[in-house]
Amino acid sequence: MEFAVSAFEPKLVAFVCNWCTYAGADLTGTSRIKYAPNVRLIRLPCTGRIDFMLLLQAFGKGADGVIVSGCHPGDCHYTAGNFHARRRWTLFRRLLDFVGVDLRRVHFAWVSAAEGAKWAELVNDVKTKIQALGPYDAFPKRLDGRPQPAEVA
Amino acid sequence: MPRIGVFICHCGENIGATVDAAAVAKAAGELPGVVHAVDYKYMCSDPGQNLIKEAIREKKLTGVVVGACSPRMHEPTFRRACAEAGLNAFLCEMANLREHCSWVHEKLPETTEKAIDLVRVMVEKVKRNRPLFPINVPITKTALVLGGGIAGIQAALDIANAGHPVVLVEREASIGGHMAQLSETFPTLDCSQCILTPRMVEVAQHPNIRLYTYSELESLEGFIGNFKAVIRKKARGIDEATCTGCGACIQKCPTKKIPSEFNAHLGHRTAIYVPFPQAVPNKPVIDRAHCTYYRTGKCKLCERVCPTKALRYDQEDLLVEVAVGAVVVATGYEVKGTDFFPEYGYGRYKDVITGLQFERLASASGPTLGAIRRPSDGQVPETVVFIACAGSRDPAKGLHYCSKICCMYTAKHAMLYKHKVHHGRPYVFYMDIRAGGKMYEEFVRRAIEEDQVSYIRGRVSRIYEKNGKLIVKGVDTLLNSRPVEIAADLVVLATAMVPQPDAEALAQKMKISYDGDRFLNEAHPKLRPVEMNTAGIFVAGACQAPKDIPETVAQASGAASKVIGLFSKDELSREPVVAVVNRTAPPLFSTCVGCFLCETACPYQAIEREEIKDRNGNVLKTVARVNQGVCQGCGTCVALCRSKSIDLQGFTNEQVFAELVAL
Repeated sequence: MEFAVSAFEPKLVAFVCNWCTYAGADLTGTSRIKYAPNVRLIRLPCTGRIDFMLLLQAFGKGADGVIVSGCHPGDCHYTAGNFHARRRWTLFRRLLDFVGVDLRRVHFAWVSAAEGAKWAELVNDVKTKIQALGPYDAFPKRLDGRPQPAEVA
Repeated sequence: MPRIGVFICHCGENIGATVDAAAVAKAAGELPGVVHAVDYKYMCSDPGQNLIKEAIREKKLTGVVVGACSPRMHEPTFRRACAEAGLNAFLCEMANLREHCSWVHEKLPETTEKAIDLVRVMVEKVKRNRPLFPINVPITKTALVLGGGIAGIQAALDIANAGHPVVLVEREASIGGHMAQLSETFPTLDCSQCILTPRMVEVAQHPNIRLYTYSELESLEGFIGNFKAVIRKKARGIDEATCTGCGACIQKCPTKKIPSEFNAHLGHRTAIYVPFPQAVPNKPVIDRAHCTYYRTGKCKLCERVCPTKALRYDQEDLLVEVAVGAVVVATGYEVKGTDFFPEYGYGRYKDVITGLQFERLASASGPTLGAIRRPSDGQVPETVVFIACAGSRDPAKGLHYCSKICCMYTAKHAMLYKHKVHHGRPYVFYMDIRAGGKMYEEFVRRAIEEDQVSYIRGRVSRIYEKNGKLIVKGVDTLLNSRPVEIAADLVVLATAMVPQPDAEALAQKMKISYDGDRFLNEAHPKLRPVEMNTAGIFVAGACQAPKDIPETVAQASGAASKVIGLFSKDELSREPVVAVVNRTAPPLFSTCVGCFLCETACPYQAIEREEIKDRNGNVLKTVARVNQGVCQGCGTCVALCRSKSIDLQGFTNEQVFAELVAL
């Protein structure tokens, strides 16, 4: 199926930590900065809590793109949770690649509680990038037994 | 069967204007498990909360979702309301329809759709919530105050006067901070030292205050009510107990030409020194970088003249551990130097000085004993140009904010100058005059009208030296933007207030948040202005944002009263968002396989090893156990657990996966 880029509204899931990015997104609201309504936030205490099964689940449930965002390195409310998340991510991206998820669909970012404008920029930026990539449908197709887009090409 | 109630708030117009709240409530009512869904104008108001309470009682709700503002704002409010109606507080969740939806999106169908999604996600989560019970932890009723300026002094005195022990840590050799450097204070022209030094003495003599000067925070661990702080007591080179503060060593010290930090580098000090004569404690320190003995191995003149033999050249830094229940951060600010400004000569011109340097010139205890003499040749300046907003409100310089105090102190400086040099001509270049405060506007008017200070609205583009004068080139925007050129003898820059150079490092050490300008972030700009997001840590003074003395003192008293409030209880109940390792029936006991990956991940050493034994005492299995008093609930262990045996209460795998499925 072909989507006109302008018509496609991607579904974005953001896994964010309570202390930095969730608070940063709150600040975006308090500052009344507008951004694309495509994103849904899942609030967790820390990026260290993010099990990567959650990311796979998000794609499995129809997300077109995923944002993972937490405190800047050194600023973690829990000392080092964001470092765990980062290290885990470097391993996990190879698994994602193997499973067939385009790595451009997963965005890692650090957004602090003071960076409301940055959060809005990030969401808009990711939305544009995912729009360019089109909807994520490789995963369901595989489960359906149909070939992956790469194999067709 | 779950019986969920959904309550959608309009928040006046805040949510209602962009999100169709009635439609959200209607859609929520059709979700499986939802037995009650309503919308209301102000859910957090008393009648709003009553709606929730009545529904809990009448419809026998097993879970509540409030679609309103951020949970960071009103989660405690609604959880309390639920608890009052007999529903466990942790069976209440919030969908953030304001900060994350209505405030950030346009009025479009998508926005209401998103609101419905957010509510559905929380309904699915709350179905899987379990009743949780707060964890009680004891409180160590001792406060740590970081910084011995006026903010730290005020906070320490307030807490100490309420009967609680205080540990006050100051980095410099004396408490007093910047306020001790000031000449007179606006708008009353009180002598700064006269109002400050009695309080400094009070701190030193207070039975409840333990004072650590020339000391810094090395580390801070723990959580509200139970912090463990390590203080580095830097080596003074003298034994404080033996030293009487007679000052003989200072008089005899041969290294005399070191720029004095207290005099903002306008005067000199010796290598063994007290920062200023009224220092508290009045005990010298040896500046090892400049001391002849430490540099060459010879001298020890101070030891020879010391009547009490108090010198300790081989003294080393001492690490002191203290247990505290709350921390007040009052680390203050510094001012940008004149070298920050290429257009004003990069600090090359001796007679271009900062406002703080002018304070020292005008101060009776300063290098000129209060006479206004310019640094280059000691002459009394006939024409002085004051430049406000030097660095502040200038995004090109990277400092977009207003330093707040400069308008007032510039008016004060011009006034003091005029009082001391009657025939002098003061000029002030300004952008706007911000004189909001009690008697502030009147003060500025007095400078203009009574003391005839010439205020010129415009910026200065350049300063250069010509025939011993500083030529100040600016513009007068109220006179048709006419160029102005003034030949000045002294130029005073109201340079920007910035946080201490190591503010960021300190914030990271304490796990508290700070903004892009490195000022500390309070928990809420309006409702929690003296608290940090990290529970048990409070903030006072200019380390949070530029502010003047009255505001600093008010904030310090506010922070102190928060600490005193915290200490009014013997036990603290803490949110039960902690990790737990599952327990199952024998012979398995727990799905934990004892790999202890969680132990390596835990930043708090909250993972313990538990041995499961049979009745003969043989160890059957070693499994992990979480110390709930220590666990802070980050959940890093949960993501790492291979057998999925550890889970985070309030954010369980079941709950989070359900949220995703509902999207």
